[in-house]
Amino acid sequence: MKISHLGLLAGLLFAGIVHAADAPAPTKLNTTADHSKFKELQREFGSGSEVTKACLTCHTEAALQIHRTKHWTWELLNPATQQRLGKKNVINNYCLSAGTNLGSCATCHVGYGWTDASFDFKSQENVDCLICHDTSGNYKKLPNGGLPPVKDTESPPGSGKIVKAIDLAKIAQKVGKTSRDTCGACHFFGGGGDGVKHGEMDSSLASPDKEVDVHMDATGLDFTCSTCHKAPAHDVAGSRYVPTGKDTEGAHIRGKVDNSNPATCQSCHGQAPHKAGAQPAKLNQHADKVACQTCHIPQFARGGVATKMNWDWSTAGKLSPEGKPLLNKDAKGHVIYDSRKGDFVVAENVTPEYAWFNGEVTYTLLGDKVDKADGITLINALGGSAADGRSLIWPMKVMRGTQPYDPVNKTLVMPHLSGNDDTAYWTNFNWEKAIATGMKAANAPFSGQVDFLKTEMYWPITHMVAPKEKAVGCNECHTRGGRLDKIEGIYIPGRDAHQLLDLIGWLAAGGTLAGVMLHALVRIVRRKN
Amino acid sequence: MERIYIFTRFERFWHWAQALLIIAMLVTGFEIHGTYKLFGFEKAGQVHIYAAWTLITLWVFAIFWHFTTGEWRQYLPSFKKIDLVIRHYAWGIFQGEPHPFKVTRARKHNPLQAFAYLGVKILINPLIWISGLAYLYYNELEAAGVALNLGTIALLHTAGAFMMLCFLIAHVYLITTGHTVTAHLKAMISGWEEGDAEHGKQAS
Repeated sequence: MKISHLGLLAGLLFAGIVHAADAPAPTKLNTTADHSKFKELQREFGSGSEVTKACLTCHTEAALQIHRTKHWTWELLNPATQQRLGKKNVINNYCLSAGTNLGSCATCHVGYGWTDASFDFKSQENVDCLICHDTSGNYKKLPNGGLPPVKDTESPPGSGKIVKAIDLAKIAQKVGKTSRDTCGACHFFGGGGDGVKHGEMDSSLASPDKEVDVHMDATGLDFTCSTCHKAPAHDVAGSRYVPTGKDTEGAHIRGKVDNSNPATCQSCHGQAPHKAGAQPAKLNQHADKVACQTCHIPQFARGGVATKMNWDWSTAGKLSPEGKPLLNKDAKGHVIYDSRKGDFVVAENVTPEYAWFNGEVTYTLLGDKVDKADGITLINALGGSAADGRSLIWPMKVMRGTQPYDPVNKTLVMPHLSGNDDTAYWTNFNWEKAIATGMKAANAPFSGQVDFLKTEMYWPITHMVAPKEKAVGCNECHTRGGRLDKIEGIYIPGRDAHQLLDLIGWLAAGGTLAGVMLHALVRIVRRKN
Repeated sequence: MERIYIFTRFERFWHWAQALLIIAMLVTGFEIHGTYKLFGFEKAGQVHIYAAWTLITLWVFAIFWHFTTGEWRQYLPSFKKIDLVIRHYAWGIFQGEPHPFKVTRARKHNPLQAFAYLGVKILINPLIWISGLAYLYYNELEAAGVALNLGTIALLHTAGAFMMLCFLIAHVYLITTGHTVTAHLKAMISGWEEGDAEHGKQAS
């Protein structure tokens, strides 16, 4: 009996093995097209544009869709202020401006070869598909207008550093949907390094845990950027130039036409998301004044990557006794002084500052009057107040800087920083020459004089949403000296009090107490029996 | 020595429950106001709101009790002998004189006391309740088209709290002014007011 049982078991096992061997190759369920099977991609590619041309043979409208977006134009007309914004135009207090530095900056352009004004924005083959659709992680662009290295290349030229060639065919055969990695390749590294610019977007979001971001939690909800930042016709929703200050719409519903921003918290969670806890209604009611982010992002730069908080360009240019540029680091290895750039302050786990914000942003652009005597120049002034009915209290990263300006013409300046020429600041350390070149390219006047002024730039914080248990508690705002200490125009219980009433009240209570104590004292003194 | 049963069981329960709730709400309320830190705003707020609803419930029963028993008449203002009562607290009490007001079942508060309690019931309590409910529901009120300034609501609510605090201090002290220091306290515990033997003699 035993033997026959064993025989049966062996037979079953054998049948199982045979069955597995007979099974067809697993079908890919996340796409209908396996690009490695496409004849058009089974060849060698000598440039990025050649890949794009192959893409366009099937995706005939893709490049034209891209041409309409600010990922391509780096330009945007703010309909409210009529300001012409976009990376092409704005000045910030990080690397100051794109301008003549496009060769480097355009490493993050969704195109090939944008180094100066001669770039053809009408060209379809100049569109870079791979920068967003690579899934291999091997795609690279060089600081020469963003061309991929198809052969081993010295970059930057003369540096002696060789960038290995990449195989564009392999990459093209593996294209797919965008991912945290592809978006992050640029957006995590804005400002010239990991986490430098935003504070709540850095490489820790490539594969974050729940503590860092509940939505992108790689072993949980695993959102990609496009889960929220939907991109119909390649036009990615969500903007820091024209953001949504207060979303008053409900959650988006399939089939219902809804043109409101799909990247807001409310577009999924609706207007009354708090269901549990002691006072869900009270929490929901806070949403009339307080942005979701204010409570749900207690700190930014929480993933172990520091963000820049202050950048002082005025100290740039110090050289060693041998005339060599300096690079000083703090104990944790963060650069805190770079001769090319000046002094930095970096920080992790930063508690945001808070401000009323209605979504209106007004930039100080090239040509706008600025003056050191006016105090701090706002790179992007925020609209909003307690009274306008369109504002919420938002968490902000406030980037503070000291940057060059023209004290005669009283304008910000666009210096020529990178390049292998004799005016680029990063190789020559001469502000006058660098600014003259940059301003000439921008067709802007420059007096030849350079001074430095203090600036602030505001970054509404919206990523790195913490688990609900880690949300900012009541006590952190409803107190004197709390998070919202500087917010004006509203009465916050625990923070605010009517001083005169308090004085009268305590005098009355104290007076009553003193009165009864005096009365008692007389009774004791005069006590009979 | 005469003994009068002046505080029924419900009345005593109501009194002590109310005392506890009011003290809890003063402690938590002034923390919410930002006067000090004890439990933290969140806890203080929760306790304050739970205590408020408990007290409102208690008051619904108390109002029902007052009207069904006719006890509300205890608070009808009267000036009879009020001058003597004032003179007693300002002078006579120091001389060891007996209280000029004789407690009866029908009139258990002296005229000054009745005025004080009436003030609490028609001035301080409504001020606190109305401003407190407006504080809790100002979002709903705003949605209903009654836009109130939260700062004003808080101002009125805090003013009411200060009045209640003053009342509490005076009330607690005046408990000690019976014919013995603890006579009034005992009455509110047992329900029985023990008459002042000496006072009884004089009155007779």
